[in-house]
Amino acid sequence: MSILQLSATELSDRIRSGEIKVTETLDAVFGVIEAKESLLHCYVTLDREKAYQKAALVQRRIDAGELTGPLAGVPFAIKDNLCTQGTRTTCSSKILENFVPAYNAEAVTRLEAAGAVIIGKTNMDEFAMGSTTETSYYGVTRNPHGTDHVPGGSSGGSAAAVAAGECFAALGSDTGGSIRQPASFCGVVGMKPTYGTVSRYGLIAYGSSLDQIGPLTKNVRDCAAVLETIAAHDPKDSTSVARQDTDFTVGLDQDVRGLKIGIPRDYFGEGLDGEVAAAVRKAADVLEVRGAVLEEFDLSLVDYAIPAYYTIASAEASSNLERFDGVKYGYRTGNYEELHQMYKKTRSEGFGPEVKRRILLGSFVLSSGYYDAYYLKALRVKALIKKAFNQAFQRYDCILGPVAPTTAPRLGESLADPIKMYLGDIYTIAVNLAGLPAISVPCGMDAGGLPIGVQLIGDCYQEKKLLRAARQLEAGLGRKDGQGLTDGSEFGEVCHETV
Amino acid sequence: MKQYETVIGLEVHVELATKTKIFCGCSTAFGGAPNTHTCPVCTGMPGSLPVLNRQVVEYALAVGLATNCAVHQYCKFDRKNYFYPDNPQNYQISQLYLPICHDGYVEIETSFGSKRVGIHEIHMEEDAGKLIHDEWEDCSLVDYNRSGVPLIEIVSEPDMRSAEEVIAYLEKLRLIIQYLGASDCKLQEGSMRADVNLSVREAGTQKLGTRTEMKNLNSFKAIARAIDGERARQIELLGEGKSVIQETRRWDDNKEYSYAMRSKEDAKDYRYFPDPDLTPVFIDDAWIARVRSAQPEFRTEKMARYRREYGIPEYDIEIITGSKHMADLFEAAVAICHQPKKVSNWLMVETLRLLKERELEPEDIRFSPEHLAGLIQMADAGEINSSVAKEVFAVMFEKDVDPLRYVEEHGLRSQNDEGELKALLQEIVSRNPQSVADYRNGKQKAIGFLVGQAMKATSGKADPGLVNRIFKELLS
Repeated sequence: MSILQLSATELSDRIRSGEIKVTETLDAVFGVIEAKESLLHCYVTLDREKAYQKAALVQRRIDAGELTGPLAGVPFAIKDNLCTQGTRTTCSSKILENFVPAYNAEAVTRLEAAGAVIIGKTNMDEFAMGSTTETSYYGVTRNPHGTDHVPGGSSGGSAAAVAAGECFAALGSDTGGSIRQPASFCGVVGMKPTYGTVSRYGLIAYGSSLDQIGPLTKNVRDCAAVLETIAAHDPKDSTSVARQDTDFTVGLDQDVRGLKIGIPRDYFGEGLDGEVAAAVRKAADVLEVRGAVLEEFDLSLVDYAIPAYYTIASAEASSNLERFDGVKYGYRTGNYEELHQMYKKTRSEGFGPEVKRRILLGSFVLSSGYYDAYYLKALRVKALIKKAFNQAFQRYDCILGPVAPTTAPRLGESLADPIKMYLGDIYTIAVNLAGLPAISVPCGMDAGGLPIGVQLIGDCYQEKKLLRAARQLEAGLGRKDGQGLTDGSEFGEVCHETV
Repeated sequence: MKQYETVIGLEVHVELATKTKIFCGCSTAFGGAPNTHTCPVCTGMPGSLPVLNRQVVEYALAVGLATNCAVHQYCKFDRKNYFYPDNPQNYQISQLYLPICHDGYVEIETSFGSKRVGIHEIHMEEDAGKLIHDEWEDCSLVDYNRSGVPLIEIVSEPDMRSAEEVIAYLEKLRLIIQYLGASDCKLQEGSMRADVNLSVREAGTQKLGTRTEMKNLNSFKAIARAIDGERARQIELLGEGKSVIQETRRWDDNKEYSYAMRSKEDAKDYRYFPDPDLTPVFIDDAWIARVRSAQPEFRTEKMARYRREYGIPEYDIEIITGSKHMADLFEAAVAICHQPKKVSNWLMVETLRLLKERELEPEDIRFSPEHLAGLIQMADAGEINSSVAKEVFAVMFEKDVDPLRYVEEHGLRSQNDEGELKALLQEIVSRNPQSVADYRNGKQKAIGFLVGQAMKATSGKADPGLVNRIFKELLS
């Protein structure tokens, strides 16, 4: 069996049993990268040399019996808005083109401590603003399942890299669907944990009250293992929560008998593609067959989530992105007379159009005279949405629905109409507003061969229920570990056979 | 000629005496090499996050309770957004919507009696870094050592009417905060800074005039001069039929004139909103009770106790309790030597003289209460005489030496061994027959010459009283 057909946890098992060397896994992954990366462009920065150095170190520690966890030796990709010590971290923006952090994001530190080998930084929408990875300063990423299509976004590089076999697992960040939607478009598993579960220290903020780091993986078991590794209370992040129940791999294979699943009618209305709707309903049926109890209900407020989200996220972003000013690090304009001109030119030249649009929008809604009408009102909507979910979770263990209204659009289709692009987030953003956990699991393909994902949403801290249901779904859909991913054969011979 | 009333409100920034910064673990120590007390948080690096220093809340709460404020038990931090290079995130974390304390007051005493000055609010915030303009290189550099140093801003109501009231208010705040140990409150060093909001209105009217805000006031004297100057400037404008413009002005104490910095027209929109990186602070009743019960004895109570317990003059009480540091020193020294009058004397006479000579504040006193008490005890025991005591004190004031050791090392101990002294004095008697004869003939003064000889022979270390007595015995 090819190394590349293994999931991350299967790979680590074999590395720890001595069957596969860590460097062999890197050889395999870099083989795929050589074959595919020039077309797909999943990465902004690859650091092959450093990866091999780390691999040697990890191998020694595995041999010494020091690394026994399920991710030891696994090649990882990290979204480029997570700080990596000594490796540049750009947020796919020109303004951070040469920014090399002196510290790791806490999630990265935890992954590395578990023996993961980071091979590079993945492409994304600039500062995570976008749903297609097309707003990156460094060029678009292509969807491995259809290279004329976007991979989704903003964690498009991470999703595409996992789908294409250019890594075994990846970290992304999700502010309004940025893990789940690209996972859905690329046919991989992606999870946004409960707000506060993974430390945001070292995550370059977009919308601080909504941002969460989470895994993008080949299957649900890998997802649970990654989440278990990165979830921990961090005193460096005031919004980090001290949870006792982060052993997400425990009880993963329990059945779903009696699990009550709510299906919001409002998620199946106008705008939802027929093929997507059918695949999602089929996924629900799979769970019903396995003993879950389905019920349709009205979640309500769905239409208000998008304006509330874009108000809050843009307001926070307008302030979070003020530090990029050319004074301390990153890009500075070459030509200026005085301070204010330096600020203006640096930021005008350093940020792309979508980032500027959201900074302007965010600055406007926070301006004196507009604060109450927009920002405060959005916060009230946020509270109402949370209340609606609370009511739903009194009756259901989880909520099932689509991740996105369609499969991956063609490259270039989305940016022309930003409002339409924003509307594509309709099923994912309410989850961030309410701080809930949600997972995207592959549940089929459209006629064009593009993946479709189903979303399971849980109440706060109910990741285990979601993972259990997702695992049953995966099994019920007949999806074997690693299956459904592109094997790279269309790009030529890249697989490295092992004994 | 119209009569005008001056209306003044103050915004006072106080640097809190925490060991570490408000949102990170960096040192707040003064005077490190540029950018050595910094980390990703206080330099605004991408991905860094603030974590609130609990001691900042403790201090802010203590000051609020001591100034009779109500507490917002659910309080939040807000971001104040503005671009400037000394502000690494380009927003300052401060409090606008729910400041920790509000609606308090302090009582002040002036030549017109006592008066209550209202406190609108007290909020917590972070200090900015410092820009250094290098004129030779034509560039500006920034030092973030001060970035993130915790401040409280105490905003008064517009309740003051004169420079005297303003100074009394500031003195009162300074003493309360020093007594709490929340700050050393040094205006010169910037650990206490006051911005003066001032307007004038015709006497007898109620409507407030247009105000200006004056900055860069770094001594009580400068504040008094700035108030008088700004009052005169506004009255002159109104007298000429012009109007006062709402603006921020910078006081130049050398030229005794203020300059407009910015007017309301270009006032910034700070786009305040709650900082999503910080969770709200919940201050429960138990926390408030704990801080309240830990409040120290403030000056008024301390003065009353001094009157009861120490029997020292009112003037001394005033001076000593006017500085928390001096009061602490006084009490600790008295606890050791049980001589309140003598301790007070050393503070009132020699200490104040040396402080004035060296242009220092009472807070700058470096000698320990143990050493002062030790000196007093040695003098009491006759181990040193008063001139030696003064000499030793001067050294103690500079270097806080142990007086006992200093006296031993420099051989300053009094020669009070009667046997030894008797032999020495006998010799002096035998060498000065004339003086002896004069004394015996009734010239009492002649003994003075002999005592002088004895002091000279002992390098001033003999006790003059003892010498006098022995001479009288020898010559009787």
